[in-house]
Amino acid sequence: MKKYLKTMLAGLALVVPMTLPSMAQTLRWSSAGDVISYDPNAQVDSFTQSVHHMVFDPLVRRNKDLALEPALATSWEVIAPNRWRFKLRQGVKFHEGQSFNADDVVATIQRQIDPGARNRENLSAVIGVEKVDEYTVDLILSGPYPLLLNDLAAIYMMSKPWMEEHNALKPGNTSTGVTTYANNHANGTGPFKLVSYEPDSRSVFAVNEEWWDKPQHNLKSVEFRPIASDATRVAALLSGELDMIAPVPLQDIDRVSNTAGFKVVENPSLRVIFLGFNWRPELHATPGKPNPLLDVKVRQALWHAVDLATIQKRLMRGKSRTTGMLVAPPVTGYDEGIDAPLPYDIAKAKALLAEAGYPDGFKVGLACSNDRYIADEQICLAIASMWAKIGVQADVGVESKTTYFPRMDKGELDIYMLGWASLPPMDGYSVLQALLATNDGTFGGSNSNGLSIPKIDELTRLASTELDQNKRVGLLKEAFTIAHDQALYLPLHQQPVAWAMSDKVDMPQFPDEYVRPWFAHMK
Amino acid sequence: MIRIISMRLFQAILVMIAVTAVAFIMFRFVGDPVATMVREGASQAEKDALRATLGLDKPILMQFVEFAGRVLGGDLGTSFRYQQPVAELLMSRLPATLELVLVATVMSLALGIPLGVLCALKPTGIMSRIIQSATLVGISMPTFVTGLLLILIFAVNLRWLPSSGRGELVNLGGWQTGFLTISGLKAMILPSVTLALFQLTLIMRLVRSEMIDVLSSDYIRFAFARGLPRSYIYGRLALRNTLMPVVTVTGLQIGQLIAFAIVTETVFQWPGMGLLFTNAVGYPDIPVLAAYLLFVGFLFVMINMVVDILYTFIDPRLRTK
Repeated sequence: MKKYLKTMLAGLALVVPMTLPSMAQTLRWSSAGDVISYDPNAQVDSFTQSVHHMVFDPLVRRNKDLALEPALATSWEVIAPNRWRFKLRQGVKFHEGQSFNADDVVATIQRQIDPGARNRENLSAVIGVEKVDEYTVDLILSGPYPLLLNDLAAIYMMSKPWMEEHNALKPGNTSTGVTTYANNHANGTGPFKLVSYEPDSRSVFAVNEEWWDKPQHNLKSVEFRPIASDATRVAALLSGELDMIAPVPLQDIDRVSNTAGFKVVENPSLRVIFLGFNWRPELHATPGKPNPLLDVKVRQALWHAVDLATIQKRLMRGKSRTTGMLVAPPVTGYDEGIDAPLPYDIAKAKALLAEAGYPDGFKVGLACSNDRYIADEQICLAIASMWAKIGVQADVGVESKTTYFPRMDKGELDIYMLGWASLPPMDGYSVLQALLATNDGTFGGSNSNGLSIPKIDELTRLASTELDQNKRVGLLKEAFTIAHDQALYLPLHQQPVAWAMSDKVDMPQFPDEYVRPWFAHMK
Repeated sequence: MIRIISMRLFQAILVMIAVTAVAFIMFRFVGDPVATMVREGASQAEKDALRATLGLDKPILMQFVEFAGRVLGGDLGTSFRYQQPVAELLMSRLPATLELVLVATVMSLALGIPLGVLCALKPTGIMSRIIQSATLVGISMPTFVTGLLLILIFAVNLRWLPSSGRGELVNLGGWQTGFLTISGLKAMILPSVTLALFQLTLIMRLVRSEMIDVLSSDYIRFAFARGLPRSYIYGRLALRNTLMPVVTVTGLQIGQLIAFAIVTETVFQWPGMGLLFTNAVGYPDIPVLAAYLLFVGFLFVMINMVVDILYTFIDPRLRTK
């Protein structure tokens, strides 16, 4: 038996040569989820869209500072409130050799606004598209709309002849199960070409040598591998199989940054975490009694009673940014003057509660997901114990995001945690439109608990059509001031985005959490 | 005989209906995919429209009847996440799982049987004590811990083996195999060892106890009395009789492994059916979940039915009643 064992071990050693040295200038990175589909119109997954950006170019794009700049369109003008004219870049070629021109834009926009497109709403203002000449296109809008360029930054240009050849002119859709050739193949004009795609295993990209723009990276190829298990993803990085992981799990940050040859890059992301309130006449926790949350003093008391500094220091390990606003600084509509959290002050909170008629506090439900935001469950538990100090008994309910968000949508929760990144437009209007305005079918899609302030509804409607940027930002700020003064929501912090990478990699990090390998350098 | 078989078939159908119903009811508790599927900032109208396209706005009983009708027609539905027919999706992931299970089973038999014999022949020897206690660890440690430990040792510290994935694959007429490339074989080692560990322990212990039993039986003692060579007694007479239950258990275990390689596949990002299932739970991709549960139910019903029918052939006592 011993002999067998020896032979076996020897055999094992033969099968296992040392790992191959990593190829120069190939960026191998991993994330928890995979690309759902390479069809730009078949999904609304923001991670998927971020990977698409490697292969496709939009008409306008975000630069290194996340400001909008010309990409496949070189200039544009508003020739009527509902008609925008775009001049296209000449001499651009798709990966498979087709020349880019107005026909491609027309076909792409038509595919995008097809009722069957899964992400039709990402360009909801556009109702038509017309070719003017070979390199000029008009977009027809349903009315004046200020955020067209923001929306277009996420609309990726596809090739018309390619779509015709593969019968993919109509969009795929993950919800109706329509699949096209574009699901597993991609032909864009972007900095990298998609070489192969194996779902849940890997996507391989090669550099596009004929890219129209001057490359700001030195990569030859990129390999993306989704790894769902946090521990395995970290192990793959530390074992040298990967150059970068995004995100790195919070509990592994110290371990990775203490390992020689690796670094962790952390910054506050755009995602603001906040608490929302129940605005109906009664609380779910105390049926039959009037809802104390309807009193602004009660909401301010709850805000004063949350020790944001402790949450930032202990639970977020000092990596979050405490905020008093619903949007992060890079988002249009942000204002330092409004971004002032109510100070932690138990005495003040108690006084406010007493003024409101609740000197002994009250009972309320507090709900959180446990798998959506960083430390979401722990934050909820911490807040419940902080509120206990002013006599407010919060019944903490924690559940998985798959059941939590449907309940939130149905308005079944009293106080609930929600995160908002204002993506993809990166504009405060996103918050007005979805969170602050009354839920009436068009507006207030994520305001499911009865919040309704006529003044805010009016500001939202004005902002939705105001083309003058200064005036529009003024409207946004006015709405945010009301939200702050009335404590319509209780903002907590911007959660951090943390990536871990080998020292060989130099990759700028962006608050929108997009990985942009076209800005990466490798030694 | 035909009556017994048709009885079994009928029972199998009842079980399948129950599995379908349970699978379906469960989805009430995994949540609503609409929240995961809509973009940030979607309006209420947009959410409702999506819910309607998915058929989730209808009463639950209606949904069940429609679902059961489609399944009977051979249509398992379309994955919410991958926008592919679920049957196709399952078939494309099957090779990965089957290869993993095959390697794990061969490994556990090839090691489990000799080790079990060794322990039975010298039950009090030091070697067998060591093996016994070592395998106790194998059977009591959760799979994900074993997997992560192996990754830590062989991928992170020694850097001999890849921590995840299947390596490079070769396409053999639609079957993606990892057997034909070095990286494919290397990628297979850690996950299959992880998966085999439990089964190896089981087989080893089974062989050991059966073997001890058989060795004390009369015909073995007579064989010794006749002066037959030891290798013949152990290898031919004893081991053969020992292996009968091992074959049965291995058969059942293969079903078990195919269905429940979930943890191993998740830890090693092994793109098989188990990983498909875990990813579906988080989404939640209801058609995939339903199809997977049906598949697992079907697998076990089939295995049990075949075993039951075989028993009636082998054992005449089961036929009389």
